[in-house]
Amino acid sequence: MSSVTMPESRPDRGAAAAAEPIARPKVPWWLVGLAFGTLVSGQVVGFLTSEPDRDMGHLQKIMYVHVPAAWASFIAFFIVFWASVTVLWKRNERADLLNAAAAEAGAVLTGLTLVLGSIWGRPTWGVWWTWDARLTSTAVLFLVFVGFLALRALTDDPERRARWSAAVGILGALNVPIVYMSVKWWRTLHQLQSSPSTVDADYVLGLRWNAFAFAFALAAFVTIRYRTALFALAADRRAEARALAGGSTDAR
Amino acid sequence: MAFATELGRAGAILWKDLTAERRTKANFNSVVAMAGLILLFFGFALGPDAKGLRSAAAGVLWLTVLFSGVLAFNRSYQLELDGNALEQLLLYPGERWTLFAGKLAANLLFVFLVEVVTIPLAGIFYHVAVPALWGQVLGVLFLGTVGFVTLGTVYAAMASRSRAREVLLPLLLFPMLVPVLIAATEATGALLIDDPMGNAGSWIRLLATFDVIFVVASFWVFPAVIEG
Repeated sequence: MSSVTMPESRPDRGAAAAAEPIARPKVPWWLVGLAFGTLVSGQVVGFLTSEPDRDMGHLQKIMYVHVPAAWASFIAFFIVFWASVTVLWKRNERADLLNAAAAEAGAVLTGLTLVLGSIWGRPTWGVWWTWDARLTSTAVLFLVFVGFLALRALTDDPERRARWSAAVGILGALNVPIVYMSVKWWRTLHQLQSSPSTVDADYVLGLRWNAFAFAFALAAFVTIRYRTALFALAADRRAEARALAGGSTDAR
Repeated sequence: MAFATELGRAGAILWKDLTAERRTKANFNSVVAMAGLILLFFGFALGPDAKGLRSAAAGVLWLTVLFSGVLAFNRSYQLELDGNALEQLLLYPGERWTLFAGKLAANLLFVFLVEVVTIPLAGIFYHVAVPALWGQVLGVLFLGTVGFVTLGTVYAAMASRSRAREVLLPLLLFPMLVPVLIAATEATGALLIDDPMGNAGSWIRLLATFDVIFVVASFWVFPAVIEG
């Protein structure tokens, strides 16, 4: 697993790598437990600390999962941007694996944000979708993530895949604020409905609690995906080393 | 001195691509035919009402440019991939950005030429007269096309060498073009029909900002995209 190779061990590195057992990826159970625990208790706290909303009733409780999902997707998005810059700058293999892990989690969370928002929007605004700046830029962000993952799935060479997805990650990251601005102007100029954004003090605790829950869930997803990718990479390397050593090419 | 040499390299690539296109014409003719088809079909979808067509004209024009232009970008690299010409291009001495500059210039000229045919056609089909501020309309067309073609040239360098290139290019490119589509459509519409709020200027500025950001970013990432 270690990427550090001693200079004197170089001559028979292939043989050593072929024999070296690969540790199974460790699931960070404490993180998974923490995420699950805060997520469940967060909903309980949300229900206990806030009265049903005057207009929306308990429908308002969707906010406790919708808003934190959006925040967590932004964290994932920043990890993608940072990892992409690191890949292009330092040509770091592990940054690419982190990039992929964060993009997958980001795509799920952005999709979740859109679906939850839509479920809330139908009874509240009377429509499943409105061309609001936030909605539209979130949809575009989702599509950028989808394109990023499609590109990765359709590119075979790992080194090329790393460079390409980093380029897509950086360009996508630059685009999202511009999309937000352009849709905002587009909407403002047309003078239509705006979205309710003020939050009452009663909702703050539940919202904060859930924000941590989603951050933990994101960390758990990204860690698991990252470790799995490291494992797959090590398995590929070992299969390669075995093939070079003239043995079986079985990856396991 | 060195910079002039690099520009000469970009020029050589531009000339090579244009010569290949001029001799075959296959790409240009089919893209223009496709653009005409899209214009007609939007007309069928929108109905024959002249007023409705006129107010939709700006949006239809830009979608036509986007949908037909996107067909050209993959082909610009496909020519290089046949016979491993790209490998040889990369082996030549010189900076990699010159390759991007040459490809970008060739694609820009190509899309401008498509627009030369498409725009009068759109004017006829959608009952739009030559606007008073035609110079500004040309400026918007230029800025919007630069943004579109710059990103198209970067993404096609990846998509053309992946599996499923026909699907991947629009999937990667179109979400990036949302600001271009919005700003260019709004500015064109304002200049073509009427602009009671005086919005055209701010849309043109947004379009110019977009162009500056993405031209700079594209020149920065392209060397990493094209190698190997």
